[in-house]
Amino acid sequence: MKRRDPSAMPGSREADGPANEPVDRRQFLSRSLPAGWVLLTALTGCGGGPAGPVEGGEEAASGQAPPGGAEAPAPGAEEAKAEDPLAGYDPSQHNYAMAINVDRCIGCGRCVEACKTENDVPREPFYFRTWIERYVVQRNGHTVVTSPNGGISGFPPVEEAEILRTFFVPKLCNHCDNPPCVQVCPVGATFKTEDGVVLVDHDYCIGCRYCIQACPYGARFLHPVTRTAEKCTFCYHRLVKGLIPACVEMCPTQARIFGDLDALSSPLARFQRMHKIQTLKSHLNTEPKVLYANLDGEVS
Amino acid sequence: MRQQVTRLTLLFVVLIGALIVARAFLVPETFGELGHFRATAIGETAGLEVKYAGRAACAECHVDVEETRAAGRHALVSCEACHGPGADHAEDPTAVQPEKPVGRDLCTLCHGYDPSRPTGFPQIDPTIHNPLQPCTACHEAHAPEPPVTPESCTGCHGQIARTKAVSHHALLACTTCHTVEEEHKLHPSASRPTKPADRSFCGRCHAPDAQPPADLIQQVPRVDFSTHGGHYVCWQCHYPHFPELR
Repeated sequence: MKRRDPSAMPGSREADGPANEPVDRRQFLSRSLPAGWVLLTALTGCGGGPAGPVEGGEEAASGQAPPGGAEAPAPGAEEAKAEDPLAGYDPSQHNYAMAINVDRCIGCGRCVEACKTENDVPREPFYFRTWIERYVVQRNGHTVVTSPNGGISGFPPVEEAEILRTFFVPKLCNHCDNPPCVQVCPVGATFKTEDGVVLVDHDYCIGCRYCIQACPYGARFLHPVTRTAEKCTFCYHRLVKGLIPACVEMCPTQARIFGDLDALSSPLARFQRMHKIQTLKSHLNTEPKVLYANLDGEVS
Repeated sequence: MRQQVTRLTLLFVVLIGALIVARAFLVPETFGELGHFRATAIGETAGLEVKYAGRAACAECHVDVEETRAAGRHALVSCEACHGPGADHAEDPTAVQPEKPVGRDLCTLCHGYDPSRPTGFPQIDPTIHNPLQPCTACHEAHAPEPPVTPESCTGCHGQIARTKAVSHHALLACTTCHTVEEEHKLHPSASRPTKPADRSFCGRCHAPDAQPPADLIQQVPRVDFSTHGGHYVCWQCHYPHFPELR
């Protein structure tokens, strides 16, 4: 029922290029050693002088996180340079979290639709930043969990005589305070921001999928086009503009509540006060920041 | 100093030097500024385009619709949940027009019957509920009200109705056991239906000396209330919508 990574990736093999003529070890060494020396001298010659001091000076002058840095060839980089998206936003003032009231979810899939639209998530099944699971606990003791196309277009009928109890559970990245995906990233392409959101650096991700394996919640996938890891960002681009995530905005029953854990009074604070809160797989000490109320014990 | 040590030292100096130089080139400028990541990546994510403007943006112009919606049963439903992403429309209202949903498919995503939905959430079976009629023919989408007060309880309590329909209690009306004020049909949570408060209620059929309808008198299971169940009310163990005994 979960998303699957497209394991078929014929492109990567082909990328190695056409088969070259065989080169023996002696030839290889005799060619590569001088080539390496030339490269080294070239690097020290042109880079050694200016690299150190000038770079440091630039950093000091530009200060806090100038968006669209010199090395960023992202398509959005030029717009970002023109207008700083983080201007006037202070991440130290926030500690974001989402609460989900399972008793209110009607499984309409508007959150999935909103997420896919807002974040340009590929429309195919098995690419989801958020999705809805339907749990059917049957009289024979079995629990059947389904999520056809993430619930984006509703759920098929179920055999009612078998039902003991049944409910929907929306799922997404838990934005763990102690994220296993961040620990395992070999290049530092995924990270936790100061305001508690776990993000992916798409320019820096090498697509090794280690984070996808490490996430206990199955919340990550490999984007089929960019071949980089993808996940929920809590709609970070909306947060910095003072908006709430698209799934929360679109939920017609207010099953999702978004807010600041540090705020003394907010809908989220009230929700935490009024409900018994559970998190998913809390025994893993990931300290999730997606808080569930009225969650059934069958859910993991 | 021995020759080999000199050579080795030289080699190490060259290698370490090469490493430092390579690092200066390969490590991005802002890497490590805020942690073990490229600090500019935050700005890149934050700079993405917003597609959903949010209901506050809609309310700025569509004051009348917003007033109707906020006072009705769809108060929690965002405009863009039905009309689609509207940031472009908010930017340039004349150039981009949001969709106006027609037909029944969108409404039934929420209001089509599904047993997994919470009890009491208004649901209809699209195949028998005025088929082929668009929902908006009878219901005002921005402040929906049932065009007539629901006659049966099945409009909202579909799962219970369906379970009961195949049970031994199929012939009992909801109102046999529940007293429902008219107010409940209009404002469900303001007036709750009652449940039988004591065992003598079920005893009207199930006590040893009870007189159930004549045609059922052979089939109704009898229970001696003096020995069965202690201080519990019947429905605390049995599920009256689908009684376990067959």
